[in-house]
Amino acid sequence: MADNERIPTVIADEAHIIYKVHQAGGGSSSPLASFKRLATRSKNSNIREVHAVKGVSFVAYKGEAIGLIGTNGSGKSTLLRAVAGLLPVSRGAIYAAGQPSLLGVNAALMNELPGDRNVELGCLAMGMSPAEVRAKKDEIIEFSGINDKGDFSTLPMRTYSSGMSARLRFSIAAAKQHDVLLIDEALATGDAKFRKRSEARVRELRAQAGTVFLVSHSEQSIRDTCERCIWLEAGTIRADGPTDEVMKEYEAFARR
Amino acid sequence: MTETAVAETDAGLSLKELARRNGLSASGRLPSLPDYTRQLWAYRHFIRAHASAKMTSALGNTKLGAVWQVLTPIINAAVYYVIFGLVLGGHEETPNFIAYLCIGVFVFQFTQTVVQTGTNAITGNLGLIRALHFPRASLPLSASLVEIRNFVVALFVLMGIVLITGEPITAEWLIVLPVLVMQSFFNVGLGLFMARYGSKVRDVKQLIPFIMRFWLYGSAVLYPVTKFEDLLGGWQLQVVEANPLLVYIELMRHALLQDATLANSPTVLWIEAFVWTVLVSIGGFVYFWRGEKGYGRG
Repeated sequence: MADNERIPTVIADEAHIIYKVHQAGGGSSSPLASFKRLATRSKNSNIREVHAVKGVSFVAYKGEAIGLIGTNGSGKSTLLRAVAGLLPVSRGAIYAAGQPSLLGVNAALMNELPGDRNVELGCLAMGMSPAEVRAKKDEIIEFSGINDKGDFSTLPMRTYSSGMSARLRFSIAAAKQHDVLLIDEALATGDAKFRKRSEARVRELRAQAGTVFLVSHSEQSIRDTCERCIWLEAGTIRADGPTDEVMKEYEAFARR
Repeated sequence: MTETAVAETDAGLSLKELARRNGLSASGRLPSLPDYTRQLWAYRHFIRAHASAKMTSALGNTKLGAVWQVLTPIINAAVYYVIFGLVLGGHEETPNFIAYLCIGVFVFQFTQTVVQTGTNAITGNLGLIRALHFPRASLPLSASLVEIRNFVVALFVLMGIVLITGEPITAEWLIVLPVLVMQSFFNVGLGLFMARYGSKVRDVKQLIPFIMRFWLYGSAVLYPVTKFEDLLGGWQLQVVEANPLLVYIELMRHALLQDATLANSPTVLWIEAFVWTVLVSIGGFVYFWRGEKGYGRG
């Protein structure tokens, strides 16, 4: 290798990601039409393939913070999920050191259960031991701030406001140590006070993690945290380089 | 752009070669079977917590809450008592037909609910699967665990019914335990199988009610098992009577009833039950593990 100091942590090699989406009510749905479709062996109109990421290659090194930018639906979140190993790659490959973890706000929790039970369940699902969960539980609830306005942690999550449940989800996800950390729009959660707290927490996590990927529509948080930027557009890489340069190109594109 | 940048820094090494040299592994690689089993064992606390969370959230909206766990099997038995005990008046050739019937119904429904919840275990939890990283078998396992707990409660109700209908408590009642363990393992394997199959072929969910009804009539639940001997003979009879649910039901009847006429001698039933348990639990687990990395697509 030409450069010995740079240790790669995530490598994407011509990665393609294709979703299959079963959709109800698409096209004609009468029994006769379905039967005709089967008899003629034509393609099922209810299953649509979404080619979200089309041949993406990059190498991420230890100590880098990489911002992923692009317009809505350009495949940023899909790519992150594939790096985390949560979505399979259809062609090509993605290699990673250790187990990358995705820090998102959409971790599915159970709405019928009280907040503290959800904290336990979420931590166990991330692979913590029961002793760790007991040790961290109060800290997580404290951090989320859901108890600021009364004892909400023992009420079912369906009674929470959307901001409160998003804050609790973020707090659960941010409670774990990571090798490769993938952050998906998580910084935009909650009010100004919580946002400041969560940005501080992400900086802490970055200091511990080897490599950080950040998906965000907030230009400011990308500029603040990332020195390198990858611009995805319609599933392909439009630019990859220092944040300033890529951002300039992206802004010129977005203004058009 | 990317590829030129890579070529510069790494002197033309292919990306695959670069990954191999630095010991990076492809995300989404299938772990070996022993590794997978170990991972699953490490997640046992999650499986338990998920199962009790599901139980609580399913009953969370009802007034009676956990009382339903006991009430459901009692009402279930009451329905069959009204129809077969009062309206139709039982079968003359089968002693204590109500207890005979209830055992069949309860044991059958144990497997039936596992098949139903197992089929939904992957397709109904795609949000969780796409958000977090954990061995996917945790989900069908926790679904089966819920049903195992429900069945243990139902078993106590069943024993109460058997006592009320005039059966004595004997040492043979201890047989219930190994049968419970075997059927639970069988169900876990079946649940795992259905979870993968249901996530691959979603149409199967529409067919399950019919398959289960067919299985119900093939398991001598609603009528005495001797009916099969009147109708069939030779290898046909052996095939019908090798049905795993019929075997578990017959063993339960053997345990709880004094003079039930069994399909086969207890020894044959034990062997059949054991073979089914090993076959389905291991087969289901291996089948589910082979698909581990595909869950979450589509």
